[in-house]
Amino acid sequence: MNIWLVMLLGGLITFGMRFSLIYLFGRFQVPEELRKALHYVPPAVLSAIIFPELFLQNGELNVTLDNHRLLAGLVAVLAAWFSRNILLTIIIGMLALFLLQVLS
Amino acid sequence: MSEQSKNFWAGVRAEIPLLIGVFPFGMIYGALALNAGLSNLASQMMSSLVFAGSAQFITTQLVHEAAPGLVIILTIAVVNLRHMLYSASLAPYLAALSTRWKMLLSYLLTDEAYAPSILHYEKEGLQPFSHWFVLGAGLSLWINWQISTALGIFLGKAIPDSWSLDFALPLTFIAMVVPVLKNRPMIAAAISAGGAALIANAFPYRLGLILAALVGIVVGSFFEKTGDSHF
Repeated sequence: MNIWLVMLLGGLITFGMRFSLIYLFGRFQVPEELRKALHYVPPAVLSAIIFPELFLQNGELNVTLDNHRLLAGLVAVLAAWFSRNILLTIIIGMLALFLLQVLS
Repeated sequence: MSEQSKNFWAGVRAEIPLLIGVFPFGMIYGALALNAGLSNLASQMMSSLVFAGSAQFITTQLVHEAAPGLVIILTIAVVNLRHMLYSASLAPYLAALSTRWKMLLSYLLTDEAYAPSILHYEKEGLQPFSHWFVLGAGLSLWINWQISTALGIFLGKAIPDSWSLDFALPLTFIAMVVPVLKNRPMIAAAISAGGAALIANAFPYRLGLILAALVGIVVGSFFEKTGDSHF
């Protein structure tokens, strides 16, 4: 699919969700179950992206010390945990990957 | 000053701390979108067509992985579902506005515009020109996002390929997810989704991502139901 079409449809869906209940006010309530479940969207989606990026190399599971992205990712998890700062986490993670690549 | 502009500028002022925080992200997004193979124009236009930070980052990642368009759209929908909550929460305050106003403010309704707006409504209640506050917050964020995206695209050209810049995307996601892991259901959601993504990685059309996300949401909800959610 053309990237422009993807962006256009993605944008329309996003707008539709933002507009939906403002437009339908009084006629529809978000069910409590859905409201609760939505809290788990960020950790679920983000982890589903992060794990393969860190653990897989060329589609194969690699949990050895040769997997620089996994090690740098773990360093970034620690950096994120202690700093709670997104920019600092990115910088430390990139630096860790750079050092691991240079040192090996 | 008219009541309209007073409210508008109050919205802009309330948004300023958030603008400072968001600006680097716009730049990172711009640089990474370019790095993922999007054209200058497409990278810039996504910031106004989609205008949703995390969805734009994830789209960039999926374009980088050459995921099919339908999967990208479906993922954007899942990631932006939370906007329905903002929509529900602001709806009573915007009920009296014209459809045109409702559409404009809905387009501008991001996480960062929602937060100061709902705080304003809860504190001040509904005033005749409160919607100008929402416009001030939303519009200043929109302008900030467009400018920072453009700067990032400009900067992205200067960064050599050997820097493994693509790794900055998963790092961004790590930095976003770690602070969310405050209790057991959240951690369970993250680990189960991550594990499912590893198992489902070979699924066609990158459908594994959506499947894994659903696993995480179900597991998180299940843990919340069955027990003490805090350590």
